[in-house]
Amino acid sequence: MRLGLILGEVANGLRRNVSMVVSVVLVTFISLTFVGAAILLQMQIGQMKGYWYDRAQVAVYMCTAVDTTGNCTQTAATQAQIDAVEAQLQSAALAPYIERYEFETHEQAYANFQDQFADSPIAAFVTPETLNESFRVNLINPADADILIESLSGAAGVQNVEDQRGYLDQIFSVLNAASYTAIGVAALMLIAAVLLIATTIRLSAFSRRRELGIMRLVGASNRFIQTPFILEGVFAALIGSLLAGAAIVAIVQFFVQGYLQSTLQATTTLVGLSDAVVVVPILVVVGAALAAASAGVAISRYLKV
Amino acid sequence: MIRFDSVTKAYAGTSRPALNGVSLEILKGEFVFLVGASGSGKSSFLRLILKEETPTKGQIHVLGQHLNALPSRKVPYFRRNLGVVFQDFRLLPNKTVFDNVAFTLQVIGKSRGFIQEAVPDALKMVGLAGKSNRFPHELSGGEQQRVAIARAVVNKPAILLADEPTGNLDPATSAGIMTLLERINLGGTTVVMATHDAGIVDQMKRRVIELISGQIVRDERQGGYQTQAVPTVQGFARPDAPTPAPSTSAFPLSTEVAP
Repeated sequence: MRLGLILGEVANGLRRNVSMVVSVVLVTFISLTFVGAAILLQMQIGQMKGYWYDRAQVAVYMCTAVDTTGNCTQTAATQAQIDAVEAQLQSAALAPYIERYEFETHEQAYANFQDQFADSPIAAFVTPETLNESFRVNLINPADADILIESLSGAAGVQNVEDQRGYLDQIFSVLNAASYTAIGVAALMLIAAVLLIATTIRLSAFSRRRELGIMRLVGASNRFIQTPFILEGVFAALIGSLLAGAAIVAIVQFFVQGYLQSTLQATTTLVGLSDAVVVVPILVVVGAALAAASAGVAISRYLKV
Repeated sequence: MIRFDSVTKAYAGTSRPALNGVSLEILKGEFVFLVGASGSGKSSFLRLILKEETPTKGQIHVLGQHLNALPSRKVPYFRRNLGVVFQDFRLLPNKTVFDNVAFTLQVIGKSRGFIQEAVPDALKMVGLAGKSNRFPHELSGGEQQRVAIARAVVNKPAILLADEPTGNLDPATSAGIMTLLERINLGGTTVVMATHDAGIVDQMKRRVIELISGQIVRDERQGGYQTQAVPTVQGFARPDAPTPAPSTSAFPLSTEVAP
């Protein structure tokens, strides 16, 4: 009886207020899509960090005959210098931080280079001797790279000690900036959505002020009076957040997994549908909670006894 | 039933209080007329009983509840024991007569079965048994007020408050409404009615409480709309007089001289 009555009131309110309800749906849709995109970007950053930091190495480049930087004086690193560096890597001071390391010879470096720049004319000019020999060190904790850099950059025959995470951090900072932008836009849009929901509910209450007056007079409980209005706001926001959820799933399915995956091939892992499925309930809950809160505040003026 | 202990109500931003030190008691089953010029505090008095306002000073007890201390979440449940009728009827134009009366019961959560029994009873009592499917705009003013009364009493309230219920009606129709209110009063409901209708008050010979500038200047059993006593006239002439003579004792109880 009471539930039917309340739902009838909700349907009435939505019907009388169609244009406002549609605008609430659209604004929540857009704002929550931005929220979802920001969450997905953060997930993507997390995944890429996990993937790449495992593969990121510290490279200890040895001098070649043409190098003048670092400790090099246009003489290639001697075998003794290479052995000295290797001995340091195996020493008690550094060994606990190192998972494993490999030595890359001129020939291996040349092969890798030819492989990477196969399409580029530069490949023809490079000879094995101009490419550095290097130790490729995988650390147990990638954050310990500074220790290696400090202890090895001064060693004789070492041109440079490089933490490859440095390259990745630039990519991550770009992605982070994008995700903060999305969060900023989302926050502004959410403020607009909250205000719009409050306005919609006030309009709806105003158009039913006679009923509200009589309800208060004959002693309808506050909960009974406010529930239809809150449900009205929640319903509109719920449609918006479900649309946003659908948009997020579509973006992941067709843009990320479809377009980006085929463009980037297997160079990195991308967020998948399983991540999108985590985001959708977050959007729905955020949308419903915001709508309930703003509708509740908007209607409270009509509840003062 | 209703007790005011030196109640003062001052609205924010006004220097003169709407009610000033009002003390009175209304007993169960009484029929009370509240008379006085516009702005004399009649409506404030009714609003205080309904707890639409809280007094600035003084204590109010209604139906055994101390209204000053009644928490606002309990106010709706308190109001279920009161019925209210207004000069402008306040019916819902898009609902039929039946639905207007049933609305009251629906919103306080009464069962469908109860509504199906109580609403026709109430409509029959006010003499509208055959018009339950009409809309308010299809009814005359008197009939609309009967619907409003049916709505006010359908939940069998202990107190019925009426704010100028005959203010919009012609004398013959008013008489019908008064007969109906009298019948409701005979059923044991306390009726408090604010009015400007001298004819009705004089004819009914019930308790009359007269307010001037927020103070009770007269409270007499079987009174008329006006006493011709001189102090009352002075009271009108000088509404800001310090204290109008203490109420009942100063005035003759007879109403023979009433116009």
